Order: sequence, then C-alpha cells, then structure tokens
Amino acid sequence: MPSSSTSPTTSGTPRREAAGPLPAAFAAWFAGRGWQPRAHQLDLLGTARAGRSALLVAPTGAGKTLAGFLPSLVGLSEAGPRKKPRLHTLYVSPLKALAVDIARNLDAPIAEMGLDIRVETRTGDTPSHKRTRQVARPPDILLTTPEQLSLLLAHAQAADLFGGLRHIVLDELHALVTSKRGDLLSLALARLRRLSPGATTIGLSATVREPDALRRYLVGQGVAAAISLPSAGEGGPRSGSGEGSDGSGEGAPLSGTSLTRGPPSPGEGGGPGGSMADLIVVQGGAKADLHMLDTGLTLPLAGHTAWQSMPAIYELIRAHRTVLVFVNTRLQAEYTFQELWRLNDDTLSIAIHHGSLDAAQRRRVEAAMAAGQLRAIVCTATLDLGIDWGDVDLVVNIGAPKGASRIMQRIGRANHRMDEPSKAYLVPGNRFEMLECRAALDAVEEAAQDTPDVRLGGLDVLAQHVLGMACADAFDANDLFDEIVSAAPYQWLTWEMFEMVVDYVATGGYALRAYERFAKILRGPDGLWRVRDARIAQQYRMNVGTIVEAARVKVRLTRHLRGKPGTVVPKSGRVLGEIEEEFGETLTVGDTFLFAGEILRFEGLSEDECLVTRAKGAEDPAIPSYAGSKFPLSTFLAARVRAIIADPFEWDRLPPQLAKYLLQQRKHSILPGEKDLLVETFPRGNRFYLTAFPFEGRLAHQTLGMLLTRRLERAGLRPLGFAANDYGIAIWTSRDVGERIAMAPGFTQALFDEDMLGDDLEAWLDESAMMKRTFRQCAVIAGLIERRYPGQKKTGRQVTISTDLIYDVLRKHQPDHLLLQAARQDAATGLLDVARLGMMLRRIKGRITHKALDRVSPLSVSVMLEIGRERVYGEGADEILAEAEAELLGEALA
Amino acid sequence: MTEASLPLNEETILALGLRLEKTTKAAGLMLAGEILTFDRTGALWLEAHRTLVVSDLHLEKGSSFAVRSGQFLPPYDTRETLACLHEVVCRLDPACVVALGDSFHDARGPERLEPGDRAMVAALQEGRDWIWIAGNHDAAVSEGVGGRYAAALAVGGLTLRHEPSVSAAEGEIAGHLHPCGKVTMRGRSVRRRCFVTDERRLVMPAFGAFTGGLNVRAAVFEPLFPKGFTAHLLGDGRVFAIGRNMLGKD
Repeated sequence: MPSSSTSPTTSGTPRREAAGPLPAAFAAWFAGRGWQPRAHQLDLLGTARAGRSALLVAPTGAGKTLAGFLPSLVGLSEAGPRKKPRLHTLYVSPLKALAVDIARNLDAPIAEMGLDIRVETRTGDTPSHKRTRQVARPPDILLTTPEQLSLLLAHAQAADLFGGLRHIVLDELHALVTSKRGDLLSLALARLRRLSPGATTIGLSATVREPDALRRYLVGQGVAAAISLPSAGEGGPRSGSGEGSDGSGEGAPLSGTSLTRGPPSPGEGGGPGGSMADLIVVQGGAKADLHMLDTGLTLPLAGHTAWQSMPAIYELIRAHRTVLVFVNTRLQAEYTFQELWRLNDDTLSIAIHHGSLDAAQRRRVEAAMAAGQLRAIVCTATLDLGIDWGDVDLVVNIGAPKGASRIMQRIGRANHRMDEPSKAYLVPGNRFEMLECRAALDAVEEAAQDTPDVRLGGLDVLAQHVLGMACADAFDANDLFDEIVSAAPYQWLTWEMFEMVVDYVATGGYALRAYERFAKILRGPDGLWRVRDARIAQQYRMNVGTIVEAARVKVRLTRHLRGKPGTVVPKSGRVLGEIEEEFGETLTVGDTFLFAGEILRFEGLSEDECLVTRAKGAEDPAIPSYAGSKFPLSTFLAARVRAIIADPFEWDRLPPQLAKYLLQQRKHSILPGEKDLLVETFPRGNRFYLTAFPFEGRLAHQTLGMLLTRRLERAGLRPLGFAANDYGIAIWTSRDVGERIAMAPGFTQALFDEDMLGDDLEAWLDESAMMKRTFRQCAVIAGLIERRYPGQKKTGRQVTISTDLIYDVLRKHQPDHLLLQAARQDAATGLLDVARLGMMLRRIKGRITHKALDRVSPLSVSVMLEIGRERVYGEGADEILAEAEAELLGEALA
Repeated sequence: MTEASLPLNEETILALGLRLEKTTKAAGLMLAGEILTFDRTGALWLEAHRTLVVSDLHLEKGSSFAVRSGQFLPPYDTRETLACLHEVVCRLDPACVVALGDSFHDARGPERLEPGDRAMVAALQEGRDWIWIAGNHDAAVSEGVGGRYAAALAVGGLTLRHEPSVSAAEGEIAGHLHPCGKVTMRGRSVRRRCFVTDERRLVMPAFGAFTGGLNVRAAVFEPLFPKGFTAHLLGDGRVFAIGRNMLGKD
C-alpha cells in the first residue's frame, strides 16, 4: 500500500478533526507504525460513514488507497461476526495487476490488526471453480476490473450477491472515465445503485482539470434532465411499447430518424448541475525536479528516436538506482532498448516492457523490477498507471510529452513519497519536441492540468450492457431506461435512442426485418424482456468488454530447414509476442525489424503466425514503419506552443538552436500570432506546395488533409498528396496554388471554411479507412461480430466477412443504423478527431496569414520531412495499382 | 538544413494513373479463340455471344449467419449484389446471363429471399436466358428462382463450370476460388478481387457483396497456372493488369 512508504506526519493539508473518531484498534495500528492518520483519510472515513459518496483527489504517494479502504476496514471490524458471508466492499481498478497488488497490500493492516476480513481478487485469470465459489460464498472485499464487474452483474444471482454491498471503491478513476471502459463501468454503477441502495461510492483520482465531472459520475443523476432533451420525430417519449409477445418488439421507430439526430457532440449534454459526490482534495506534494535534457547537440527537424541523446541517457542510468525510461510507441521502445544495450559496457540490467510482448515475459520484468533487480526499464504507456515501483529514483521521458497531465503522471512514477520531489528528464527527439518540452515544463511548474473531458457514453457499449441485463433477469424497458440515464455519461440518452438500442439487441436493428424469428431478446406477454436462451447468454459472456485490440498475429521464432535455404520449419521455436496484423501485412520476406529487443528477419506468415528468424550479422534493422504517436498533442500544450512561438521574449528560455531556428523562420517567412494560422505556399521541383500549421495533433491534421485535398481537387488545382504531423500539414499540387491565392484573396479563407465539416466530410467518411476501423471496434463491442482472441483459430461459426464489406453495405442501405451512429460518435473524438478540427476552424476564422514564398521555409521543412512516411491504409488504391501496372508496362516495353 | 538534403520522394502516382486511364483500352484477352472483356464490377462479358458471366454471388450470405450462429449481419448483401448486377445488365443488355455457381450461400438461401429481392431476380431474368451453374454451396438448390440449371455449360470454344479442374482443356472459365491480388508499393498495399489467367484458362473473381478473397499467391493456384499468370485487379475506376511477380503474399 502506498502509505506504507509515505512519511508519517506531514500531509499536504492541515490536520482537521474527523467526522467520526477512529476506532481504538486502528488508532493503535497507526501509532504502532509511527504514523498519524492523514486528514483526508479521516475525512473520507467520516463522509462514507455518513452514507455519502466522495471523490478523493490526491497526488501519488498520499496514501490514497488506504484512505479508500479505511471506511470498509473500520465498518467490517465493527460489524463483528457475520451469520452468512456477504459482499461488503467492491473495488474496481483498470488494471488487473493493480487489483492483485492491492490485495497483497491489504494483507498487512488486516493481519496486524487481527481483523476477520476476507479479501479476494477476481480477474480474467481467476479459475472457474473459484469464480463459482465467489458467487456462492462471497468474500468481504472483492477486487476486480470493470469487465468482470459487468459479467457479475449479468449473473442470475447478481441481486443476491450485491444486495448487502456497503462501499464501492473506484481506483484511477481519472483514467477510466475517458474511455469506453468508463462507459461500461458507469452502467454497472447504475445497476449497483438499484441492487445495493445502501452502498456509497468512493472515487480515487489523480489531479484532474474538472473534478466536478468525476463527482457526477460517482452518483446517480436525475431522470428529468434526460427526458427534457429535445426528441424530434414521431411519437411521444416513453410510449408504452408495442404489444407483440413474439419478440418482434414494436414497429421500427427508424424510418423517421434523420442522420443528424443522434448523440450530441461532446460539450453538449451532461452539462453542469446534477447531483455530485463530496470532494476531498489533497494538495500536491513537493514540486518535481524536472529538466529538459540538452546535450548541446543539434537536433533534427523531424524524427522521434532521440538517438543523439542515448549516451546521455545511459549516463543517467549509471548515475541512478533505478530509472523508468518512458517512450511513446512500441517501435520507439524497441529502438531505445537496442541503443542502450549497444552502449551498455557495464552490462547494467536494462529491461524492456510494452503491450506487445508475451505476457509471461512482462510478468518476469515486473517481478524483477519489484525485487529491485533492474537498473532501468524502457517502457510504453503500459506502465503509466498504478503499480508502486518503490525504488524508482528517476524518470526519463523520450519524445514529445503530448500532454501536461500525462507527463505529470509519468513523473509521479518516480519516488512514491509525496513529500520528496520526483526527479525527471524530458528528452526531445527533434526541435519541435523541444518546444513541446518547454511548454510541458511550464505547465508542470504551474500544476496546470489538461486531462481530457469526460466522455459521452457510447451506443455500442450500451447495446452490450442491455444484453447483459437481459442475461441477469427479465427487464422492464421503462425501468432499465430510468436506470441507464441515471449514469452521468448516459444522461443525454433519449427514449427513442434507447428503443433503437433495444431493437438492435433484439434483432439487429434493421429496417428490413429479416431476423425477427431469431431474436436474441424477446418481450413476453408480461411486457418484460428476456434473453432467448443459454447460448445467447454464453455469447454475451464471451464478448463482454470494450477493449478491441487491433487484430494481432503471434511472432514465432523459427529455424531454417537444413539443406533447403529459404524454407523454415513452422512451430519450431518459441513465441516472442504479438504484432498488429496490419504491420505484419506490410512486411515482405527478408525484411528485418526490431522486436523484443532483437533484430528479426521476416520469413512469412502462416495461418495466424508471423514467422521470423534471428537476423545474422550486425546488419541494421530496416524498420519499415513508424507508427506515429498514439496520443495527439493536447489542445492545452498546443496553445502554449503557439504562444511561445508568437512571443520572441520567450525565446530566451529555449535551447539556443531552437531560438535560432525560429529566428531563421522569421527572416525567411513569418511567425504566426498566437491564435493565427500560418499558411505558406511555394514551388519545389515541378510541384507546388501548401503548408499550414494549426498545431492540433496528427489525427485532426490527417482529417484536415483529406478534406483540403478534396477542396483543392474541386478548385482544379490537382492535389497529388499530403503529409501531416502533430504540428502541421503539407499538401502538394501540380497547379500553382500560391498563384490562385494571389488572384483570389478570399480563396484561403474559403479553403479553410468550417463548412468542410459538412458535405466534404460526409463524402470522405464513405471511403475512409479510419472510419472503417472505428466501425469495426463498435461492431465488436456491440456484439455484431464475435471477438477473436489472439491466437484463436477461426471457427466455422465465426463471421469470415470483413467488416469493411459490412460497413460499405450498411452505409449504403441503412445510413442511420445504430452502429453507424456509434461509429460517428467515436469519429468525433477518436481516430478522426473531427471535434478538434472543428474547434480549430472556428478559432482561425478571419485569422489566416498567407505567405507566398519562392522556396520552402524553415518551419515547413519539418512537415515536408514527413512526406513518404505516411501510410494511409486503403485509400488511393487506384494510384497504387496504376503504378504497379506501369512498372509491368515499362518492363514490357523495355 | 539545405533544401537539397530533403529526402523527398513524392512521385506523381496520381498523374500517372490519369495518363494510363487515357491510353489503356478496355481490359480483356483472347482465350480459345473467344474475345473476353473484363468488366470492373468483376463480371465477364462475351460480346460475340452477348453473354454475361458472374461468379460466386453468394446471395443471402448475411442471413445465413443468423441461422447458424445468432449474429445479425446487415441483411442487405443480396440487395447490394443484385443492384451491381442490375447495373451491368442494363449497361450491356446481355441475351444470356450465366451465374457460375455458389449463387446462393447455402441451399436454403432462395427461401430466405426478401420479396423485393426475389422480384429483382425476376426482373433481371425478364427477356433473357438465365443459367444457374451448380456450385459447392448450392449444388442442391431448391427451385423457384427462375432460370435453368446446369452442371456446366459450353459457350463457343469455352467451357464454363464452377470449380476449376487441373486437367482441363484450353478454354475453361471457372470461379470458386475468389481470387484476390495484393500489390504493395512504397509501404502502401492494396488488396482487390481479380481475374486470373494464363491465356489458357480463367478464374473469375467473386461477385457477391459479402464474399472475401483468397490471395492468388496461395498454393492452390499453382497447379492451375504452372507457367505463371497475370491477374486483372478490379480498381475503383477500371481493371488493372498486374504480373505475378508484382503480387504479394498475404
């Protein structure tokens, strides 16, 4: 437990009298350890004992977890012997490893105080006999994950199991609420409020920008807010539903639904007001000791590897006890690991940890780390959250920080003592990343937060939940609706949308009523909905959850067949981990790439495996793909970056090479104002270029690039392609775009007009590979297609139709289908980041500065360097085919 | 940083595509003395016989999953496939349409046809000869969808059957394998349905909206085309001829 490593007396907040006195046994236990209970721990105890829910916001090392469990431990100790085992406290964490860790740490206080309290974990790894026993004879405290909670709630015994629940503790709530897992958990909470009316909710969170959103998440919201939302279309809200007893449900309310109706965009709905949990805040501990690593070497204008800084990072590892080296992508992790070992003359124990590695391998690294055997771990976001690593005395973050809150979380992984400063270095990989690091340093200095907004609940997740609720027990649609809209993320839901979801779950939600006789849930003569049979319930259990991994293939080491060069023996070696299927598909035999710290040679694909051999000799890997950063630059940091660029007085605080670069830009072109958009045009070779710098992140820029290309095409400027990074885009055309702007002064403004989010966006969505990927995720979550687990062979029953084909057909024949609405809702904030693009277009209205140049400017070089790196799957297919054909034609004519 | 050091690599692939568009005539070839035209929809046009051939329609594939595994895929694949077919039929006005087997995804497919789709099939058959060749999915298809049934069919010097046979004489046209070709250029890859031919025989792409594909580099194609082949990939705008050496494995 974090508190066991915290120093005893000092706390960020002044000591206050608690609402209830701590029982003697507990006071003695604290005293025996030389501790005093912290103010927030007593506050939370008082609040929970008064039957109120609360959000505890505290920095790492503040004894947050003990605080969360204190009401349960005290309550259970006072309850005395219980007649029959009843679940008293439910703890939900986003990581199963965290649940296991917490269980271990609860052992100490329980044993030392001699409490009669049984604590158990339930994760995907829990054996089935234990699961069965946990339902029949529940522990006092159950530690689990959101997915497992949903499964328990879909159990026929759920009402009995949760009937006596007193406390619900939600850990790392800030991380949960921004994802679909948070949607799922909010629906589970809504159900728990019905099953366990006596329970209070305790949310534990790192510092967030808007704690009120989390406070609303923790408690039930009034129904009134939901039904007062405008509900256009036929029928009043909450019509009594159809009469059919054959499961046909009522006639489809789909015919009148227009495309534009549907979930509100983020920012609408879920507004202020509503019930909120109490708020208990622990002010931040010691200021972080944070620096930008400046080796004095000149950094490139693009690229993220930070190869220049590797020797300096190695020296830092040598000079510290244990170092966490964070990177942004798996490929970068592999690269960094490789480079550090190249320098590792002292053979320091440096390990690697990322989500694609074999699970057993990851567990070994975690165990070695916990045992203090490692000097450094190179890791991705997989170690962002949770587990107490104890002895880490330095965090190094390679590459762009991307967000202030994200970087603070990572820094917090060093030194779990709240009162001592965490020490960290930010290592930029290029000159733009220097800007981002500077902005992040400032933000951390001011403790400014840029955590993302709380989500609006997804329709795909809701569909999954509705099926789960039917598995638990027969439900009345009106009651279930009331329950669902009491969850803050689903306050926006209208009765009509809910009916659509129920209709989808029952028969697929198609205007063409083809599946009535196969309905999954049926409405009986008593008006209640029930699941059709045990097979459907089993299908639900197999597909529960909201994490849809990209399709993956195992990477298996093989050996060459003796005497037959070029042939390998399948199944001859061990599995090293998994790679995305998409990445595997881009490899050709003989390609070398980095994986699990080794240079591997691709030998081919066999069924569901990617076969590789160890590459001989000291050849350099040809890393065939740079997967980009998973996290786009946060709006907040982007604004700061723009502000730094716009203000030359700020440049003194920048590394000299960066200041010099900005001066060069000012000399050869101009630097945009803080809120302006700079657009440059220039010829190069036999092409014309347009570059723009919105600083809105790669995803929004990719969408912008697609849309601008369409507009330029319509304007007859013959665009040929575009490239994007986190800071800007470059588009190249075969006609002079600069000349057009000179001739028609309003052209730039029209080009960047907000109306591109109308028809152009619609047209593009038709064919967007990103949209298809988004749709696939919704289809899996909503149960349209079954989940495929890594390594699992396709069974005959499973759908072997590509979701791309399903998307195309559905879009054409029922564009307002529930899953397309769900995919659109995701597109606004997900892979397409349409919402952010819209914000940017509004910001720059009337603020576009165009600079016509005769050559590329220093600023534009950075984005020009991205050209040729882009991979846009599935788009521009004909050009690729034409080029391949031309090669053949060339051969023929030679 | 000087301009010359920029590793720019922006080939004008789009412009290239446009130029080719203008210079390339309709895709097709001679096979057993007959002129074959590859339509970009995946249909084959035998103009001399005014005969249109489509393979592997797999009608009612979507609804077959509801029967087998309780998964409700959009029931619009039949409608979509028939709409595509309708477009080609209107454009070429064939005297005869040959559905080269696996026209229905399963033997009970015809029973599940929606009334509207059934009417569309009838409308397509109106005024022309219509032949259902038996496939492995629909060998025992129940009748009631019009047209004639046949195991195989001879058209001029050509033999039309569902499954390609290794020992076939020159001029065999078959389907069954759902060939797809994959082209990778500069790290971008495109996978499309295709016609496969060595100018002795032809394997047709699947026409159905929900039909997947088998990569032409798969072993099963080797005995059929021992001396290599050319794949004619269905692009968005037209058909592209790609040599075997340019096609990637999956």
